[in-house]
Amino acid sequence: MAALIRRYGTGLTGIIIALTTFWLIVLVILPYFDLFESSFRPYLPAADVGGPKDVYSLSNYITIFQNPAEFNIGLFGFTFPISVAIHMWVFVLTILFSVLTTLTSLVLCYPLAYYMAKVIDPKRLSTFLLLLVVPMWVSELLRAFAWFILLAFKGPLTIVLQNLGIITDPIHWTWGLGGFSGVIVTLVYVYILFMLFPIYNSMTSLDTNQLEAAQDLGAKSWQTHWRVVVPHCKPGIASGCVTVFMLAVGSLLVPTLLSSPSSRWFTEVIYSRMFDENDWNGGAAYAFILLFVCTIFVSLTMRLFKVGLADIAK
Amino acid sequence: MTASVELRGVTMDFGTYRAVDNVDVKIEPGEFFSFLGPSGCGKTTILRMVSGFIEPTKGDVLIGDQNMKGIGPNKRPTAMIFQNLALFPLMTVWENIAFGLEMRGVDKPTRRKRAEELLELVELPGVADRFASQLSGGQRQRVAIARALAVEPKVMLLDEPLSALDLKLRQHMRAELRAIQKRTNVTFIYITHDQGEALAMSDRVAVMSRGEIQQIDVPQNIYNTPANGFVASFVGENNKFVGQLTSSKKYKTDVGEFAVTLGQGVTAQSKTRLYVRPEHVTFTAKPKAGTNAIAAHVEDVSFEGNFASIHMRDKTGRRLTAELRNDPTNPPPAVGSATNVTFDAEKALVLLDSDATAYAEKE
Repeated sequence: MAALIRRYGTGLTGIIIALTTFWLIVLVILPYFDLFESSFRPYLPAADVGGPKDVYSLSNYITIFQNPAEFNIGLFGFTFPISVAIHMWVFVLTILFSVLTTLTSLVLCYPLAYYMAKVIDPKRLSTFLLLLVVPMWVSELLRAFAWFILLAFKGPLTIVLQNLGIITDPIHWTWGLGGFSGVIVTLVYVYILFMLFPIYNSMTSLDTNQLEAAQDLGAKSWQTHWRVVVPHCKPGIASGCVTVFMLAVGSLLVPTLLSSPSSRWFTEVIYSRMFDENDWNGGAAYAFILLFVCTIFVSLTMRLFKVGLADIAK
Repeated sequence: MTASVELRGVTMDFGTYRAVDNVDVKIEPGEFFSFLGPSGCGKTTILRMVSGFIEPTKGDVLIGDQNMKGIGPNKRPTAMIFQNLALFPLMTVWENIAFGLEMRGVDKPTRRKRAEELLELVELPGVADRFASQLSGGQRQRVAIARALAVEPKVMLLDEPLSALDLKLRQHMRAELRAIQKRTNVTFIYITHDQGEALAMSDRVAVMSRGEIQQIDVPQNIYNTPANGFVASFVGENNKFVGQLTSSKKYKTDVGEFAVTLGQGVTAQSKTRLYVRPEHVTFTAKPKAGTNAIAAHVEDVSFEGNFASIHMRDKTGRRLTAELRNDPTNPPPAVGSATNVTFDAEKALVLLDSDATAYAEKE
């Protein structure tokens, strides 16, 4: 504080602090608090709000465990029928497919980041980076829409493959993986740079001599990666995974646009409670379930892989 | 476990730049061999070709009479000690040392035991479970040596590993490295731009300049009978005089004609210079006729303890330097006095000027 005043003077320091406080309280804390508070209250007609029926309860949260339905899980050619609450099932699938999105991005980005950080001629790197970044200048909506068109039934991908003689009948590209293939592909495309850059950054800080030392001591390529590169890049990998996972879980646009008859994302459930049913209280409760569970899930995963929050911030 | 290393007609080009030019050298098993030269002379490139990180453009690298062409660095019987040591920061000391064994699938108890033994060998017991960042510079050095020795290399490659240490420690580690080399009898190839290191530790030294070897010899000969002007200038200090050979034993310069000794390949036609080491210079008030003498004016005397450096100028303004062993009964001439600098014909070397000499002076 004293250092800020010394550097910027009392007036400017005051403005900086006032703006920060305004942003934090009015734009972050108050809306969240309002939503959090309303999530414990029942959805009532306007006349009853504040009346005797308007009491705090967990009923908005408990809804997720209600309304069981039959689902069939196909695994290794067998089909298992299970009975789960509908919203619970959507929630579990959303987490699972977000994990799949994250892992797919990781598998794609690790070799690419290594290539950019350690293999490519530095003179060509800027061109390479530009080619990666330019598509991201287009809005997320348009990028998702591009995949919507590409993967459409009887769309460009089908036509090209048909003309090449690889397939004969048109394919529902978004119906694979239990109806989530279109969502996964597009989520990976939309968020891939959030995975690439943290890993790339951590790899550039790896001393090339370490790679050579490992190789010199007899390590094969995969051994060098497993024992030297991956441990060094763990914070970057963790950072990329957390970001992509959180973005994927919270995405509404992509799952809506690239949906198939059997795909439903948890954010769509929240959206429909808020806007179709006008039940903001219920929607808020679901939004907080998503937030809390994902935060716990990410923390546990980080604990499992022995990564601290401070490592990620680096 | 030791092996010879031979380079046959080895050339390395990076694009249009020739880093190493047709080098031939045979390093004997168990030898401590140094490549000495200024930065950019190609010595590190040679080391990287022996270790297998790069393949020569032309020529062959042989280790123990086996041609290494197409054999990757992880398959060669060499171990390298990097300039920055390249210890793995996320592994403990013993894991670092046992890394090579781990890669070979040796089980954990055996690895641990071997790491402890090697720590004994480099005289650094009791740090097995620490991390490299918790060790001092000298200790890290020893860990790097132990890590390289763990894979039982036949040839050890050292890329200026002492350059990051302070002077005292550097001198101590010189003796240490030499002792470890004698104890293990592994062939050591040592890269350095520090002539003191190369001369003090090596069995033989190769002096390099611009990708070519200028001289390969034992340290005494490198210093006392340099092959050419580059070697003389790069290794040690000199008083230099440009001149012309008048007869087989006489050399004419702008400050007189001197009786000299001729270096390798010197003829009356060749472009040459006269080199006199500062420690070979003596002072005489009235030189006898026929001795090599130059009248000089003393500008500065710096007393270093065991010796004193006397800086002078001759009548043409050329700087001359003499080094005198400390002797209270025979003090150096006073600053401002006029004196005569003398030197023996045996210690006045006329050496070939090469392009390399000009290069060394620019450095």
